[in-house]
Amino acid sequence: MLNYAIKRLVLALAVAVAVSAASFLLLRLSGDVALALAGEGARQADIDLIRQTHGLDRPLVVQYADWLLRILGGDFGQSLYFKTSVAGLISSKIGTTLWLGLFSIVFALALAIPLGVVAALYPNSWLDRLALSLAVVGQALPNFFFALLLVMLFSITLRWLPVSGSETWAHFVMPTLALGYYVTPPLMRLVRAGMIDVMGSDFIRTAHAKGQIPWRIVMNHALRNALVPVVALAAVQLGFLLGGSIVIETIFALDGLGYLAYQSITHKDFPVTQAVLMLLAVAYVVLTLLADLVNAWIDPRLRTQER
Amino acid sequence: MRAQVMRFWLRLLPLVGIVLFAGLSPAKAQKSANMIRFGYDQVPENIDPYFNNVRIGVIISQHVWDTLIYRDPTSGTYKGQLATAWRWTDDKTLEVDLRQGVKFHNGDAFSADDVVYTLNFVAKTENKVVTQNNVDWIASAEKLDAYKVRINLKRPFPAAIEYLAGPVVMHPGGYYAKVGPAGMNTAAIGSGPYRVTEHSIGKYVRLERNKEYFKDSPKPQPTIDKIEIRFIPDRQTQLAEILSGGLDLIMNVPADQALQLKAVPSVEVKSGETMRIVFLNFNTLESTPAPQLRDPRVRRAIAHAIDRETMVKQLVGEGGRVLNAICFPGQFGCIDTQAPRFSYDVAEAKRLLTEAGFPNGFEIDLVAYRERPQSEAMVNYLRAVGIKANLRFMQYAAMREQVRQNKAAIAHQTWGSFSVNDVSASTPVYFKFLPDDINRDPEVRDLLEAGDSSVDPEKRKANYAKALGLIQERALGVPLYSLVTFYAMAKGLDMKTYADEMPRLWEVRWK
Repeated sequence: MLNYAIKRLVLALAVAVAVSAASFLLLRLSGDVALALAGEGARQADIDLIRQTHGLDRPLVVQYADWLLRILGGDFGQSLYFKTSVAGLISSKIGTTLWLGLFSIVFALALAIPLGVVAALYPNSWLDRLALSLAVVGQALPNFFFALLLVMLFSITLRWLPVSGSETWAHFVMPTLALGYYVTPPLMRLVRAGMIDVMGSDFIRTAHAKGQIPWRIVMNHALRNALVPVVALAAVQLGFLLGGSIVIETIFALDGLGYLAYQSITHKDFPVTQAVLMLLAVAYVVLTLLADLVNAWIDPRLRTQER
Repeated sequence: MRAQVMRFWLRLLPLVGIVLFAGLSPAKAQKSANMIRFGYDQVPENIDPYFNNVRIGVIISQHVWDTLIYRDPTSGTYKGQLATAWRWTDDKTLEVDLRQGVKFHNGDAFSADDVVYTLNFVAKTENKVVTQNNVDWIASAEKLDAYKVRINLKRPFPAAIEYLAGPVVMHPGGYYAKVGPAGMNTAAIGSGPYRVTEHSIGKYVRLERNKEYFKDSPKPQPTIDKIEIRFIPDRQTQLAEILSGGLDLIMNVPADQALQLKAVPSVEVKSGETMRIVFLNFNTLESTPAPQLRDPRVRRAIAHAIDRETMVKQLVGEGGRVLNAICFPGQFGCIDTQAPRFSYDVAEAKRLLTEAGFPNGFEIDLVAYRERPQSEAMVNYLRAVGIKANLRFMQYAAMREQVRQNKAAIAHQTWGSFSVNDVSASTPVYFKFLPDDINRDPEVRDLLEAGDSSVDPEKRKANYAKALGLIQERALGVPLYSLVTFYAMAKGLDMKTYADEMPRLWEVRWK
């Protein structure tokens, strides 16, 4: 297990470094940073001044190495646009994104588990079909589109919820629904498959033979076993949600990390874009690593296959 | 393809919403709270007016700070704001008498020290004012007495008055020396009709009426008690907010959506001409990527091929007007009397092309960065005379890079002049050998320079008129039209629109 964990950790680190290099290079290749920062009507002198001030006149490799060394030391630099520390900006926004991610994954699980259980208990029934339809719609519907539908219904028509902002809990309702619904289908399918698998196992038959109440068998025996891989998948989906928050937070002007990422891309604020990308990538890598470790801990075959 | 589908749905959805649900309940206006909630898509990097270059920054600056001089947006005349009088003592020296009894929001009394500190601070390049163009004419400022200053210019620059009435706002010197631009961003202090009560970076700026605003200001006393400016990047979200009553005012609404919004009972849509002009700029340099453009007949043919009247009617919208010179008609010196007109004439365009040796037209690149439907319309007009224009639509920074690296043949340009009401802020940018000049005509340059540097208004006008005439005579570019901006506001908000895209909220009231 220890060897497996170390191997996974090294792989995760390699992925993080690769992501950092790729994002750094792609961002720099997307255009002249100084020119973009200077804005409309800037003269050559303004652009040169920006280039010198931010060290953009140095070779790309030197800029990358410098940036990597600084972030390893915990220094994410200064925002080119807001002229404030990137770490400060991120720390002021990360809470919103974490709450949104947490609410969304809780919502997704709250939807996926009952639907998955019902679908598994009545396979091929209309209930199963209904659950499957919900899953297919969730998977097929782009989350920005679903978000706009929610806005039309809850804000424009019913006027129950505010469209944008992040001041109250009400501001989180629609973003949570939009983001959570999108990750519900894979969780639901996993619950369904796991439940069908478990419900056919010997210990469930034994429980039935002993005359236990059916819902207790489902809750205490079947679901408990079926949920273990779901927890691992939920961890991965949480990483996905954090990345997906860029679109949703922008639509709802929710003042989180995703919104910050959008703003930084718009303003060509490369230190912020790089830091946010890095943070989201690291979060994804860490959560995937945790999911791998949990899976390996549950299923020893994964560890032996690695050898 | 996927992006196109996404755009289509994004644009369609709010409109479907309007049609289905409009009028079910009126906008929850803030009349009773005497407040305005204003949504804007851009975020200023710093609300200190010298350290941002976005439109909302200009809007905030005019509400929170005052300038020495005030330009009446209706008559165009200059009035004293923090100044009471001013005079040129020579081509490069301006003496200004200052108003007494004005107080900043923190209670500091306004005096010559504030003007001297502000101007000397912003004039130093090492202080890195974002738009150097706004301040690079200032050499220094000196205190003559407690309420009199002398402003020394680096060069003769008659448009200084316009700049002193626009982007050059006055900071409280002592406070600014202590906190600098960063401190001004978090706790802004000005002397304007509104004071900043809260600035949440990237989220909102909250303003409150300055109850002690000086009575002699040419800006009327504000009536709205509170203003909240919220930064909402997504235009569809802004539309949803105005429809649901979450906002009272948005601007820069796309023309097609403005048309749909007009059907909503709770929303009022107003359009207004802006100072932003649109024109085609031809690359006529020796190294141009399109040598055909070296022939003036080809350039004239292109000018004749575009139906500007129809474009204004169909694509720009109410308020826009066809231009005959590359400047905004309201700007000082924008005189088009010597500029030849190019009417929409397909036959003439084809004749000119044939005469130039291109009876079957040619292929050429057209770069553009905004108003895509207008670029596409021009591509079609050019196609009708045989010119196959390939539209290369990109971000502004990328387009500018193409222009400056001499890779653009025809540029579909737009220019807002930073709302500066003087030709020196527009035409010279593209025709005075500056980085965006892709013609480099020395005769035009000299005339513009003469207009820029003379303090004699009549001499300035004459030189600008000649330069603008020459640009059109040589067809170095095609002036197209002025753009229009659409405002959507809650019913009951009484707001007048102006060409400089400045919502003057100090004169707005709830009906």
